[in-house]
Amino acid sequence: MPQPYSKAKNAVNGVLASKNITFRLPDFPTKPFRYGLDIAGGTSLTYRADLAGIQAIDQSSAMEGLRDVVERRVNMFGVQEPRVEIAKSGNERRLIVELAGVKDIHQAIQMIGQTPFLEFRIERPQEETKVILEKQKAGDSQAQNIDPYFAPTNLTGRYLKKSTVEIDKTTYQPMVSLQFDSEGTKLFAELTKNSVGKRIAIYIDGAPISAPVVREEITGGNAQISGQFTIQDAKTLSRNLNEGALPVPISLISQQSIGASLGADSFNKSVLAGLIGFGFIALFMIAYYRLGGVFSVIALGVYTPLVLFIFKIIPVTLTLSGIAGFILSIGMAVDANILILERIREEIRKGKDAMHAINEGFMRAWPSIRDSNMSTIITSIVLYELTTGIVRGFALTLLIGVLVSMFSAIFVSRTLILAFLGQKTINNKIWFRA
Amino acid sequence: MVSYQLSVISYQLLVNQSYIMLHIINNRKWFYIISGTAIAISIVALLIWWLKPGIDFLGGTYWEFQFKNQIEKSVIEQTLKQNIQGDITIQEQGSLAFSVRTIDISEQDHQKLVQILKTQDATFEELRWETIGPAVGKTLRDKSFRAIAFVIIGISLYVAIAFRRASRPVQSWKYGLITVATLFHDIIIPLGVFALLGRFKNVEIDTNFVVAMLVIMGFSVHDTIVVFDRIREKLRTPNTQMAFPELVNQSLNETITRSVNTSLTVLLAILAIYVWGSHTLQWFIMALMIGISTGMYSSIFIASTLLVDVWKWQQRRNN
Repeated sequence: MPQPYSKAKNAVNGVLASKNITFRLPDFPTKPFRYGLDIAGGTSLTYRADLAGIQAIDQSSAMEGLRDVVERRVNMFGVQEPRVEIAKSGNERRLIVELAGVKDIHQAIQMIGQTPFLEFRIERPQEETKVILEKQKAGDSQAQNIDPYFAPTNLTGRYLKKSTVEIDKTTYQPMVSLQFDSEGTKLFAELTKNSVGKRIAIYIDGAPISAPVVREEITGGNAQISGQFTIQDAKTLSRNLNEGALPVPISLISQQSIGASLGADSFNKSVLAGLIGFGFIALFMIAYYRLGGVFSVIALGVYTPLVLFIFKIIPVTLTLSGIAGFILSIGMAVDANILILERIREEIRKGKDAMHAINEGFMRAWPSIRDSNMSTIITSIVLYELTTGIVRGFALTLLIGVLVSMFSAIFVSRTLILAFLGQKTINNKIWFRA
Repeated sequence: MVSYQLSVISYQLLVNQSYIMLHIINNRKWFYIISGTAIAISIVALLIWWLKPGIDFLGGTYWEFQFKNQIEKSVIEQTLKQNIQGDITIQEQGSLAFSVRTIDISEQDHQKLVQILKTQDATFEELRWETIGPAVGKTLRDKSFRAIAFVIIGISLYVAIAFRRASRPVQSWKYGLITVATLFHDIIIPLGVFALLGRFKNVEIDTNFVVAMLVIMGFSVHDTIVVFDRIREKLRTPNTQMAFPELVNQSLNETITRSVNTSLTVLLAILAIYVWGSHTLQWFIMALMIGISTGMYSSIFIASTLLVDVWKWQQRRNN
């Protein structure tokens, strides 16, 4: 449809332009399908977030911060429509990153891996340090992972607005300056206010970079890291911080990559299979139900683009199993037609005239269409709720397919049959093979 | 007897003469024997071999790559064995492509392996790389069990509600129970087939397999409900003089064509995916085909016959 229209539009607009008329026909609105990784090619990465240092209440917001930071990163990488999702599994929080069409996966992984984890820690009271050190000496396994000198705070890379490289005016050493966003500024002010005379340590990727003593409350939201940087180090750190700093450390626990050529091949095969499947069903229906079958094939012809249209509008991410779900739903869409046509034939055999038989058939077939599809609806909702990624695509396409099939069987087939039937007396043999 | 039954059925499908009455209920003994045998074999296969879990559940790596030049499988095998500390299975996918299954591998080691294979032959192209940590596999196992439990609960509730008015002579919850029993029948047989496939063909089960099982559950109930719905309708008709077993048998005869046809269209659709579709979905579709066929069979020959036996058992108890 879009192609012929756009040809005609171009021709008409050409004529309009030649006659100096400013009116132009608009473009046909087009919207592409959204394809999943197994079709478009790409990578899905699952990271585990280490939330050990974060209180239960703050975990959700920390994860959101993490998602935003990683999203910013991959956006910078030039991926079209990257998806970054938070998943919870037991006590663990995970981050799933889906990058479609990325050619160099290694680079993408490195890019995310380079995101620095920036955090501010505050000096512990001396007694506390002592207790922890003693525990560590005694071999307490829990104490081993605790930093004896500094305690974690809420202030992390999440609240970082931007970072620049500056040169210290007295020592001429390069340093990295940090500017917090409004929330970060508040947190920093509070932190510095409560720890005048104490040290605040700035940690990057779990290692202390510098630990200046706080002299007074800092309300401007500015901080400097003045480690022993070379200019190059300072520049790299500053750039990495600007591209996003992680609020919690992450580690890659699973990865799935599909080459674009494999994806395209699978896709072409699936489309071919869908067309052949459609052809099989059409042949079967017409051979078995004659004209009634023709109408259900037409209904199927309405059903298919309607479902595809909904896939585009929502949009549903089409995966291979999603396409399988759709083809499956074509098979099921005919189900409803079969239920109706069988019912019509039965009513005709009972001696009813065609008109009554058709009305009766549609009416009586409805409860079993509704009840029988309900089980598939329940299944697909459960699948959708409990899963992520590829399985979710399957569940959604199946659900949409079943819902639309109920609509198309009842409204499309019925309207068609009634419209063509008119007031004529019909030959039951040709119409329904009854 | 069975072959006679089947030939009558196929005859009926061909000419579709409704006045030929199939005596499904009276011959139910045979169907119980068929199903009983299939279930017994499946359970035994499951008990001995269980299912062969894939990397989705255990953690591990699945790697597919191809070359433009002919390379001996043994060469690749040797190279990889030198560089991976763990079990490796290599299979040829067509003439130039290979698939490798092994332990989970870090991204750094992955890049090293790619480099090594590239030096072996520069035309190396990676088609698919999946590596899954053991923790992810566990999550998936838990989620799968939860999904299956939710689907069973959801469907039984729905059937009980949908059949709440069909309370005489068999209570509605018994319809629900039989539907769930049929559902188990339809699940156990494909599970058994995949236990055998796992043992003899090295077929592994993955996430898609769990999805297939859930879809089969949906279908199983779908088919069963079509028949039960007809029984429900007949029971509501006033002045029914028929005895319950007769009524069920007649309902079956009235709905058999549509039971077969509805499953047949679905099977036609997915058969096309099996033959012409992507090879990644091959076993997923196989599982669906087995399950849907079993579902078609059980909705006709098992669900309603069980209903009659429940009714008979009630009669005996009341007398």
